[in-house]
Amino acid sequence: MPMKIENGPFWKRVEENLHNDFMRGAVAGMQDRGYVRRLGVIEELGHWEEWRSLAEQIRKHTLENLDFYLMQLSENVAKRGGHVFFAQTAEEANDYIRRVALEKQAKKIVKSKSMVTEEINLNPVLEAIGCQVVETDLGEYILQIDDHDPPSHIVGPALHKNKEQIRDVFQRKLGYTKSSDPVELARHAREMLRRDYLTADIGITGCNFAIAESGSITLVTNEGNADLVTALPKTQITVMGMERIVPTFEEMEVLVSMLTRSAVGQKLTSYITVLTGPRDEGDVDGPEEFHLVIVDNGRSSILGTEFQPVLQCIRCAACVNVCPVYRHIGGHSYGSIYSGPIGAVLSPLLGGYDDYKELPYASSLCAACTEACPVKIPLHELLIKHRQIIVEREGKAPAAEKLAMKAFRLGTASPSLYRFGTKLAPSAFAPFAEDGRITKGPGPLKAWTESREFPAPSKERFRDWFQTRQKGGNPS
Amino acid sequence: MKVSLFVTCLIDLFYTNAGKATVELLERLGCEVDFPEAQTCCGQPAYNSGYVKEAKEAMKQMMRAFAHADYVVTPSGSCAAMVKEYPHLFHGDPEWEEEAKQLAAKTYELTQFLVDVLKVEDVGASLHGRATYHTSCHMTRLLGVKEAPLCLLKNVKGLELVPLPNAHQCCGFGGTFSVKMGPISEQMVDEKIAHIEEVDADYLIGADCGCLMNIGGRIERLGKPIRVMHIAEVLNQRK
Repeated sequence: MPMKIENGPFWKRVEENLHNDFMRGAVAGMQDRGYVRRLGVIEELGHWEEWRSLAEQIRKHTLENLDFYLMQLSENVAKRGGHVFFAQTAEEANDYIRRVALEKQAKKIVKSKSMVTEEINLNPVLEAIGCQVVETDLGEYILQIDDHDPPSHIVGPALHKNKEQIRDVFQRKLGYTKSSDPVELARHAREMLRRDYLTADIGITGCNFAIAESGSITLVTNEGNADLVTALPKTQITVMGMERIVPTFEEMEVLVSMLTRSAVGQKLTSYITVLTGPRDEGDVDGPEEFHLVIVDNGRSSILGTEFQPVLQCIRCAACVNVCPVYRHIGGHSYGSIYSGPIGAVLSPLLGGYDDYKELPYASSLCAACTEACPVKIPLHELLIKHRQIIVEREGKAPAAEKLAMKAFRLGTASPSLYRFGTKLAPSAFAPFAEDGRITKGPGPLKAWTESREFPAPSKERFRDWFQTRQKGGNPS
Repeated sequence: MKVSLFVTCLIDLFYTNAGKATVELLERLGCEVDFPEAQTCCGQPAYNSGYVKEAKEAMKQMMRAFAHADYVVTPSGSCAAMVKEYPHLFHGDPEWEEEAKQLAAKTYELTQFLVDVLKVEDVGASLHGRATYHTSCHMTRLLGVKEAPLCLLKNVKGLELVPLPNAHQCCGFGGTFSVKMGPISEQMVDEKIAHIEEVDADYLIGADCGCLMNIGGRIERLGKPIRVMHIAEVLNQRK
């Protein structure tokens, strides 16, 4: 699955999803339950705003010194016998991983959840050399066997499917014969996956946080699948975005707490695993060989720009879970594996404006995302910055809008023009108004009056009333 | 106390009653209200659409218009939040940075001004019926004014104030969002109206005319028997 989801133009995707009642019910339910749960664990921790500031400081500090920490991380991984590869592009990352797979003559590869491997579209590269690649995160597993249905949420990728749909997929693809009971479904997936763990040649994981001081990686799951992926196969490959790094264990602990509370409303997830290099002498399990692939793929060109704060992201999806636009259109409407507010900011940066020019506008700028973000990314402000670039640099704004904004500048910068223009408003709108309202508006008002009445301009402006009143007339 | 009213373009042109109520209310509470004629718009429609240069011209006009004001009071949380952003936007601009800071520092949203500056919580208003209050996003999240309007509304005689379910959710206005992303905005406002109906409110009260134009416009289109009122109008009711 590459970052871009090939499912048609923006409005086609939105229209389809607005009619997907099941998906919308599932998303709204998840958001409403998640909201209460998240506020609960925030309250329980106490001093949330101070924790957010600390988390922001950690992320900012790391990004400002990223070169240093990347070097420290790679040295420490090497010291512990691991291999480090810096991939500037998706191709370089995929080539390296393919070479390792070929060298190991791998037939089967198990994977735990990783957004960056989706972003670089790793699975088809491995499948092309004859490897069977098995996703072991339950949500990802369901999507994979359903003919690679794209993820619709960065933490709960199969959020858009209900248990009956999952049962149908299992029946069709796995010969499943039992009910749609989630416990039975999960048990079946578990039995299937257990065999895969035991027979896999390579385990591939993502990375929640790499720890520079020790060369360790941290994996956060509720299913324990990452532990089997890293414990059983002889070779482990961990793929990380170059910004997913913390200086020491101390900062890791803070960020993991922020992550699990923000992502799933839990104090901690069921499994939080820290792994350092390959198996040591005397270890009972773990890989014989460990590779860390650090992926740039456009990230370094975000560094040092006004968009740098987006690299603070710890992929918790708190912004997605409170977004009222995501609530109605769902993840697939974004056309990117990164959906919701973080996706609307990140996708144009990594994938360009040609494919993602609508996303910065798919927000009412309500700032629920900014408020929820545990590392204080000013998401709604970054969306405005995208809009500014689309207008000023990309020249992709509609001509009518440009004209309207020119008029806005003239009218609002000059009080006399403003007074003159607004004085004309009631008569300009008169042909469209009835009973003080406009039901079918002209020009840009048309889109408004598709679903709402628009008020007719008042016959007497406020300023006229005020002036008359000051002069002693019209006392009410 | 002398107060300069920033009435906002929406109220100047469309919701004049909210503006009149603001004046009467402030005067009743002992303020001398002045209306600087040179005011236009806070710049938000352009700024939020990415037209920063255009927006800044409007902002400069605002700074000129209110240069001599002691207090600037506005019956809009969203416009007040925009003005509070000026120092950030003019940071490093030798000509305007200081002006931006001054205007931001002396600007108050109406309910914030009543509660925090005038120290009034009961304005002696009365209105009979069941009401719910829409907490607009910019007022609560960007300006940080959450308690003041509720505090004032609780003291309105005869008004039964009921909490709005999912109050934290945006009504779908978002300025140009409401027309650029019309079909999405429509779903959002419909969900908001469903929640208002859920609590069986006679009145929907808000402190931002943008939100009220959106929610009210949809309520009118659907023919729902819910009356939409700006909080200034409610606080100025004395029946």
